[in-house]
Amino acid sequence: MQLSLYLKMVKDSETDLAKAFTTVSAHHRQEPDMEASCHLLASWSRQKAESACGFIARYGSKRDSEADHLYSDLFQGPRRGKLALLRDLHDLWLLATEAQICWTLLGQAAQALRDDELILACRENQATTTRQVAWLETRSKQAAPQTLIAG
Amino acid sequence: MAETRDSIADIWGPRTPYHRGWPIRIDERTVETPDRWVQSACVLCSNGCGLDIAVKDGKIVGVRGRSEDRVNHGRLGPKGLHGWEANNSSDRLKVPLIRRGNQFIEASWDEAMHLIVSQSKNIRDRHTSSAIGFYTSGQLFLEEYYTLAVIGKAGLGTPHMDGNTRLCTATAAAALKESFGTDGQPGSYTDLDTTDAIFDVGHNMAEQQTVLWTRVLDRLAGPRRPKLLIMDPRPIPAAKEADVHLAPKPGTNVVVLNGLLRLIIQNGWISRAYIDAHTMGFEDLERTVAKWTPELVERIADVPQRKLRAAAEILGTAPTLVSAVLQGVYQSMQATAAACQVNNLHLIRGLIGRDGCGVYQMNGQPTAQNARECGADGDLPGFRNWSNPTHIEELARLWNVSSDIIPHWAPPTHAMQIFRYCEQGSIKMLWISATNPAVSLPNLPRIRRILDHEDLFLVVQDAFMTETAARADVVLPAAIWGEKTGCFTNVDRTVHLSHQAVEPPGEARSDFDIFLDYARRMDFRDKDGAPLIKWRTPEEAFEAWKACSKGRPCDYSGMTYAKLTGGSGIQWPCNEQFPDGATHLYTNGVYNTDPQYCETYGHDLDTGAQVTPQQYRAHNPTGRAIIKAADYIPPFEEPDKVYPLWLTTGRVVYQFHTRTKTGRVQALQDKAPEAFIEISKADALAYNIQNGDAIEARSRRGYVVAPAKITDIRQGFLFIPFHYGYWDDNSHPRAANEVTREDWDPVSKQPHYKLSAVCIRKM
Repeated sequence: MQLSLYLKMVKDSETDLAKAFTTVSAHHRQEPDMEASCHLLASWSRQKAESACGFIARYGSKRDSEADHLYSDLFQGPRRGKLALLRDLHDLWLLATEAQICWTLLGQAAQALRDDELILACRENQATTTRQVAWLETRSKQAAPQTLIAG
Repeated sequence: MAETRDSIADIWGPRTPYHRGWPIRIDERTVETPDRWVQSACVLCSNGCGLDIAVKDGKIVGVRGRSEDRVNHGRLGPKGLHGWEANNSSDRLKVPLIRRGNQFIEASWDEAMHLIVSQSKNIRDRHTSSAIGFYTSGQLFLEEYYTLAVIGKAGLGTPHMDGNTRLCTATAAAALKESFGTDGQPGSYTDLDTTDAIFDVGHNMAEQQTVLWTRVLDRLAGPRRPKLLIMDPRPIPAAKEADVHLAPKPGTNVVVLNGLLRLIIQNGWISRAYIDAHTMGFEDLERTVAKWTPELVERIADVPQRKLRAAAEILGTAPTLVSAVLQGVYQSMQATAAACQVNNLHLIRGLIGRDGCGVYQMNGQPTAQNARECGADGDLPGFRNWSNPTHIEELARLWNVSSDIIPHWAPPTHAMQIFRYCEQGSIKMLWISATNPAVSLPNLPRIRRILDHEDLFLVVQDAFMTETAARADVVLPAAIWGEKTGCFTNVDRTVHLSHQAVEPPGEARSDFDIFLDYARRMDFRDKDGAPLIKWRTPEEAFEAWKACSKGRPCDYSGMTYAKLTGGSGIQWPCNEQFPDGATHLYTNGVYNTDPQYCETYGHDLDTGAQVTPQQYRAHNPTGRAIIKAADYIPPFEEPDKVYPLWLTTGRVVYQFHTRTKTGRVQALQDKAPEAFIEISKADALAYNIQNGDAIEARSRRGYVVAPAKITDIRQGFLFIPFHYGYWDDNSHPRAANEVTREDWDPVSKQPHYKLSAVCIRKM
C-alpha cells in the first residue's frame, strides 16, 4: 500500500506551506494585513500537518523518492521589487493548491479504505485548504491591477 | 437670547420618565435674539437630532431642538447646543491656497482648480485613473457624496474611493451585509420606547450619542423599566445604570458573545419557528458556540460566570430587545465576526422587524450612512453589489455610460490600502475632503510620511487648516453645515434636509459646488457626449439620487425637498409602498439575501476571503437571513515583557473627532482641554503614578505623553481619548494614534484601533 507516501507528501506540503506563509508574513510586514493574515493561515497548515502525522503512524512511514516534496520548485523565498507581493501570493497559491489536491486524493483513498477518521480528517483539511486558497485568490486579485498597471 | 439648560454641567438634562411616547423637551441655546429660524439637523454625532438654526443679520446665533422630530423630540446635547459656534471661528479658511515650497500662497479658485485639473489629466494620461484616489468623510451631505461617487466611478473610473467611514462604520455595514444581505438598520429608535431590555456592546452611548442616552435614561426612570446590559471594558457612565456590566478582557468580544449564545441555545430561549422559517446556518452556530462554557469564557475573557449567566438570562428571556453596537466591537479584533453574533442573537430569538426589537449597528458620524448609500466610500450607490454584473449594468444605464468604465473587478479600495498605494507611489494624486487623517488614522508616524511624500499630489478640502491640510499641495476652503443645503441620514434611517442658513465665509464654497466645478473642467461626458453630471443644484442632485435608489433597500423615491421641510425627518425606504417611510425592515422575515438583490455574496469571517457567486447560489439563502458563526482567534499583538499593557482609544463627550470644530468652541474646549491616560489603581501603584503625573505610553510604532487619570478601569488596561492632535498644541506627541495599530478586520477592513500593546513610564 502506497498510502503512507501520499500522507508524507501532504505533511511535507503543509509544513512547507506553513513555512512559506510565515516567511511571507515577515517579509511583507509593510502591508498591514499580511502579517496577521499569513500568521493565521500558517497556523492552519501546521494543524493540518499534525493531523497527517497521526495517520502516517497508522499506515507506516515508507519513503519513496518519487513522492518528494515540491517546495523548492514552487517557492524559493520571498521576492523584492514592485511585483514582490503579487508573485509571493501567486507562489503561495500554487503551494496551497498542491496541498488541496493532496487532501482530495487522500480523501478518495480513505473512502476506499472505509477509514472514517481519515475520511473526516481529509474532508476537514480539504475545507481548510480551500479557505486558504480562497484568501489567496481574494488578496492577489485585489493586488493585481494596481501592481501591473499603476505600479 | 435663551439657554434652556446648562448642557455642559448636566450633559443629559432633566428626566422626563416614560413608557411609550417620549415626552417633548425643547432644548435651546441662542446668544442673540434671532430674526429667523432655518430648519436643519445636528451634525456633531450620528444621532441626527432635528434642530432649527437661529440666524441674526446673516450670522448663526444659536440652535433649538425641533419638538416634532422623531429622533430627539426637541432635545439637543452639549455638542449640538454649542458646536455651531465653530462656524463663526475667525480662523476659517476663506481662500484657496497653493503650496510653493514650504509656504502656501493665496490663489483664485480658477488657479487652484486649473492646477488640480491639469494634474488629474496628466496623471490619468500617464498612469491611468488607477493612480488617482479620493478619501472623503462622514460629514458631507448626500448630494455631495453622490456627485463625488459619479465623478469617481463613471468620470475617472478609479477604484480608489473610500471615506473615513472606514474607521467608524465599515463594520456596521459589513455585519449588516453578511447577516441580512444588504446594509440598512433593521430597527428604529422608537424601539427604545417600549423595549424590555437593552444590550449595549462596546458602545459608549452616554458620551457618543447623548440624546439617545437621554431617551434610555427616561425609560430607566419610568414605568416598565427595561433591563440594561452593558458590555465594555471601561467603567463608562452607562455602566452605572446597568443591571449587569460585563467588562471582558480586550480582544475577547467573540468569546463572550459565543458564551452568551451558547447559554441562550442551551436553555431553549430560542425561537425554533423563526430559525426554521427565516434563517440558515443555525446548526453551524450551535456547533461553534458549544465549547464556550461559562468556565471557558471566564478563563479567556475574565468575565465571571455568574455575570455571564445573569446577562444570558436577560438576553434570553426579554420579550423584546434592543441591541446597540459600536467601536468597542468595530475597532477591536474580529470586528465583523463579533458584530454578526449580535445579529445572530436577534435572529435566533426572532426579535427583529417589529416594535421594541432593534439591532442598531451604529454609526459614529452624522452622514456616514450616506457615504455608504451613495457609494462615495468603498460601496456602490444604492447598496449595489460590485460582483453582480446586472447591478453594474443598472448603474451604467442610469449614468448613460459604458459599464466597463465603472470599476468592478475587485471591491473598491479601502482607505488603509489607498494610503499604502500612496506610500508605494502607485497612487500619485489623493483628494481628501472633510477629514483629517493626519490625526485620525492609525500609526501616525507612517501616515505623516505618506502625506509628505513628495511625489504625491495632495488636495485637501476643508473648513480649517487641519493637520492634514497643512501638508497639502492645494487647499480648498469649504463651506460647512449651515452654509449649504443638503440631506443626511442617521443610524435609524431618518433622512433630514439641512437648509442653508447663512453664506459661507470669504470665498469658501460648498463641497457640492467644488465637485461640480471639477466635473465641468474635466469635461466628463456620458456616452452620447452630454455632460456626465446633469445636475446643478442640490435639489436636482437629490432627484438624480432618488432615481438611483429606487427599488433598492435605501429607496428615497417617495421623498422630496418639500416633504422633508416643515415636519420631522423621514425614514427610508420611502416610496409608493411606504409613503411616510418605514419604521422597520424585514417585518415579514424576508431578508435582502436574494442573489440578484444582495449587496455582497459574503466573506469568510476569519480571513475575509470572498464567497463566489456560484458558492452563494449553491447555498441558496434567498430571503433567509444568514447566521454566520465565528470561533475565537487570539489577537495578533498581545502584551509581552517589553510592552506589557493594553492601550485602547475612545471618546470624551465634549469633543468630536479631531476637534476641528469642538476644539474651537470655548465651552467645550474648556471642559476637555487635554488628552489623558486612564490607568487602574493597581497599575498606578505599580508604576508609582499619581493623578495628573505626565506619563509616556510607547508602542512599537510611536509614543504619546499625557497626564494620568486613575479610575476603575481594569488592571493592565489603559485608555486615551483620540481627539487630540497638533493644530493648537504642537509641544509634545499627544495624538492617540501615534501608537495604534494599522492592521484591519479581514472583512470590514476597519483598523484595530482598540488594541495596542504599550509600555509606560512616568516622565
